[in-house]
Amino acid sequence: MTTATTTRTFDLADADVRELNAALHDPSCEGQHFRVLNPRGRHALAVGAVAHAIVDIEGHAGYYCAGMNQHAEIRVHGNAGVGVAENMMSGTVVVDGDASASAGATAHGGLLVVHGSAAARCGISLKGADIVVRGSVGHLSAFMAQKGRLLVCGDTGEALGDSIYEARLYVRGKVRGLGADCIEKEVREEHRAEIAELLHRAGISDISPEEFRRYGSARRLYHWNAEHHQSY
Amino acid sequence: MCGIVGLYAKSPAIGAQLGRHAARMLVEMGDRGPDSAGIAVYRDPLAPGETKVSVHALAGPPDWDALAARLGREVPVLWHRVIGPEHALIAVGVDHEQAQAVVTDTLPEVEIASAGRSIEIIKEAIRPAEFVERFDIASMSGTHALGHTRMATESRVTTAGSHPFSTGGDVCLVHNGSLSNHNRLRERLRQEGIVFRTDNDTEVAAGYVAWRLREGATLEQALEGCLTDLDGFYTFAIGTADGFAVLRDPIACKPAVMAENDDWVAMSSEYRALAVLPGAEDARVWEPEPATVYSWGRTAVPA
Repeated sequence: MTTATTTRTFDLADADVRELNAALHDPSCEGQHFRVLNPRGRHALAVGAVAHAIVDIEGHAGYYCAGMNQHAEIRVHGNAGVGVAENMMSGTVVVDGDASASAGATAHGGLLVVHGSAAARCGISLKGADIVVRGSVGHLSAFMAQKGRLLVCGDTGEALGDSIYEARLYVRGKVRGLGADCIEKEVREEHRAEIAELLHRAGISDISPEEFRRYGSARRLYHWNAEHHQSY
Repeated sequence: MCGIVGLYAKSPAIGAQLGRHAARMLVEMGDRGPDSAGIAVYRDPLAPGETKVSVHALAGPPDWDALAARLGREVPVLWHRVIGPEHALIAVGVDHEQAQAVVTDTLPEVEIASAGRSIEIIKEAIRPAEFVERFDIASMSGTHALGHTRMATESRVTTAGSHPFSTGGDVCLVHNGSLSNHNRLRERLRQEGIVFRTDNDTEVAAGYVAWRLREGATLEQALEGCLTDLDGFYTFAIGTADGFAVLRDPIACKPAVMAENDDWVAMSSEYRALAVLPGAEDARVWEPEPATVYSWGRTAVPA
């Protein structure tokens, strides 16, 4: 947890998004607290942060908020548009409201928490980050997810984990449909510990790790088999 | 790309300033569609059997008084209003089907954008910011409005190829996306008597909805039909005399966000176009589900 020493306020009613992002690209912002006022759905807010800064976005964010984040703790006090925390490397991104499509797409590391619901393609091509969604996720979530964990406290849309590699999926509610090569798997003790850890890191204390089911790859699509090309 | 906006006034205060709010929303979506802009405003309904016809000139500003006089020899012309040198609204004392037929036959120098009791469409192949200035959209009042900013992909950048598209009555449609089976569907609908003025894919969707409504479907049924009969990507906003509806295709590649408070219901391609509305920061905001019909109006399902 970063403890802020200085607070800098960017009121986007006057300030430019580039000013905010340029400040976050400067490693000397380590330990600083950024308040972003009047975001009004602007795109690319707090993208490319490189240091342990704390960023509070006081309202709804547009597309690609907190993309490519490294180390920073970014909180959206509202909803986030398409591609929140896309390609995040490390740090924490928290969305108090809902997230639109492709939340956490291709994220390599760090933690994304969505306290509302996330739309279609949440965690698409996930590469190692953890995603916790308090509500539900839309169709094709965790599509081709390679590494990392997606924990959904609500329901999922159709084709969960389609063509999934080694990411691990935990769902508490109803799965509307599994994608190609995604299957339900046994929840063992180490998985329950992992679920408990994810819930704890997301600050969720009123849900039991016992209530989740596990899904992952059947590993039948790993290698192209020309003799069975009709079966794909 | 392309940008869509829709605004339905629940309070008289919003209705009185409908154009001002819709214009700001449209300008906010200018980056998504710099090629052309258009708006459908619903207001001041005429009596049954009377029709407002929105028209634009095909080649240069015509003598609108002379055109109205020529039309008056065929059907009763109640009034006409010149909106820009090349755009006008003509009110006639016949229903919308007859109005469209007579205007098409009598005034070859104009193209019809809409014909209905409440609907008024203005559209032009210019930048959205310039569009709202040129036509003083901010001064318009009304019950609801749909707007569009176009980034053309499928067909020519012309006034007729701009959105909204209406193929008759008070129904119109704006679209973000592209349809892939529009050529075949256009031919099928032509056989059903639907008239198309361009080779634009969106006009086919508008024609499809108009055809289904003509055959007795409710708006909800017509839009559910889109899910099976249209192939491609779309977020649609559909305006009717009563309100508006929203539909996204099952894949939901194209964005849409909706918001509602006590004074208005609004939709747009992006939240930033909703952020300009009074009270937006405290409104209920949500993303419409794929393949689901959302509708607002004075009746539960606007017909």
